[in-house]
Amino acid sequence: MLHLNCPYCGLRDEEEFSCGGEAHIMRPLAEHQITDSEFGEYLFLRDNPKGIFLERWRHQAGCRRWFNVVRNTHSHEIIEIYAMGKLPKSKEGKAAYQQSWRRNTAAEAAAKPVKGNR
Amino acid sequence: MASSSIDRGLKALTSKQKRYSVFSLAKNASSYHQNWQQAWRHAEPKPEYDAVIIGGGGHGLATAYYLASVHNMTKIAVIERGWLGGGNTGRNTTIIRSNYLWDESAAIYEHALKLWEGLAQDLNFNIMFSQRGVLTIAHSEHELKEMSRRVHAIRLNGIDSDVLGPAEIAKFVPCINMDQSIRYPVMGGFLQQRGGTARHDAVAWGYARAADDMGVDIIQNCEVTGLKRSGRRITAIETTKGLIKTRKVGCVVAGHSSILAEMAGIHLPLASRPLQALVSEPIKPVLDTVIMSNAVHMYISQSDKGEMVLGAGVDKYNSYAQRGSFPVPEHMISAAVELFPFLSRLRMLRHWGGIVDTCPDASPIISKTDIDGLYFNCGWGTGGFKATPGSGHVFADLIANDRPNPIAAPYSLNRFETGLLIDEHGAAGVAH
Repeated sequence: MLHLNCPYCGLRDEEEFSCGGEAHIMRPLAEHQITDSEFGEYLFLRDNPKGIFLERWRHQAGCRRWFNVVRNTHSHEIIEIYAMGKLPKSKEGKAAYQQSWRRNTAAEAAAKPVKGNR
Repeated sequence: MASSSIDRGLKALTSKQKRYSVFSLAKNASSYHQNWQQAWRHAEPKPEYDAVIIGGGGHGLATAYYLASVHNMTKIAVIERGWLGGGNTGRNTTIIRSNYLWDESAAIYEHALKLWEGLAQDLNFNIMFSQRGVLTIAHSEHELKEMSRRVHAIRLNGIDSDVLGPAEIAKFVPCINMDQSIRYPVMGGFLQQRGGTARHDAVAWGYARAADDMGVDIIQNCEVTGLKRSGRRITAIETTKGLIKTRKVGCVVAGHSSILAEMAGIHLPLASRPLQALVSEPIKPVLDTVIMSNAVHMYISQSDKGEMVLGAGVDKYNSYAQRGSFPVPEHMISAAVELFPFLSRLRMLRHWGGIVDTCPDASPIISKTDIDGLYFNCGWGTGGFKATPGSGHVFADLIANDRPNPIAAPYSLNRFETGLLIDEHGAAGVAH
């Protein structure tokens, strides 16, 4: 049973949450500027590491807000929990974010994030 | 009856010394069973092969067997980082069926089922294939209507599927709770009589023994650490037992597919999730068919040892831990107990998990890649075991001929670019 520390409600059982998969996937608003293949990359292809993973969770049975988690998919250790729209601050989280192939995709380049939000 | 139109390849194990039969059983009994031939060699890697299959589970071993028996490629190896069949092949709930909705799905699962129907003879190995039927229960009027549509689609593809009403179910499954006042009452169901179960370990062992007999090297305890390329062509694999040169690499590693793909710079649409299963203490025969339920999210059968074998859906988060969280079996058991009240008195004996690679459309990926000579067979999610022979058979065809046959073609990786998904999330309703 995972125990997640919801930033708004505190420590709860995993049963109260729904998992949204890989975090920091930016929708390419300028979608006409990218190819079908690049759009497919955004829509379907996913990070699936054995180890440090950045994912997003929602406190479905509580405040119903989203937040991000840095978790090890092998040991299930939770390294960091941080707000939706922000970037990880932990060493592992930062490395995972910067090294992800998604940072170099056309879809991400075509996304127009609100200033300060990712 | 085994279909004669599928090329099942040359028969392995023709030599009298190695072949299992009532005569070999009698002969070995008289020497206290000390002279049985080793079922497969513990091969060490050669410096080069014509093809290498990464992944020594059911699908990988089946691929190697069909490469040897159908396509005459015997200078090949299967590389397995653990022990053969130790991954999802050894962890599933052994259900076999081909009653899927879409034509593309019907084609591949039925191809597999037709191979299942002669497999023990092909492999000269008792895989305990039991066509005891798979009955999927409907619990609401909506499910009855949806089921009816599904049955028509299945039958239009020439696959057996029958609608059963409550009275017929009560007769077919005497131990099921037919009380109509429970939260999810049994209102009907559809049955594939040709579906059933098989001994999952035996499938791996049978394919391994036959492939080994044909000269395939099965190399265990050998982990792939890199995929070497020259330009856009695969040239070798790096392993913990050294470099192995080859021009054809088939990756069949289920939950670890993304890890392997990233070694070649390829991204896949997969999410690796825990899939749990459990067995009860053995009891006298009480259930002689397989029951699946979408609405209450569980499936159950009884093994030949007498254990009730239970499973449900994936855990909701990515994991490579080969275990999941308690809420999943808890929900599954509460549903199972409502349908089979006698389960409440049983102790659960063993519980485990696997790593299933789920695809956005709950259909597999059987595909070439942008790298010449590199092929992937993955994304089977929770429904890989039933497809084992069919998956191996079509993947061998793809690897040998460098082009997919009509059954495998719809499962190309580029469907995630064209949008031609084969959405089988409804195949069982539960993650199938």
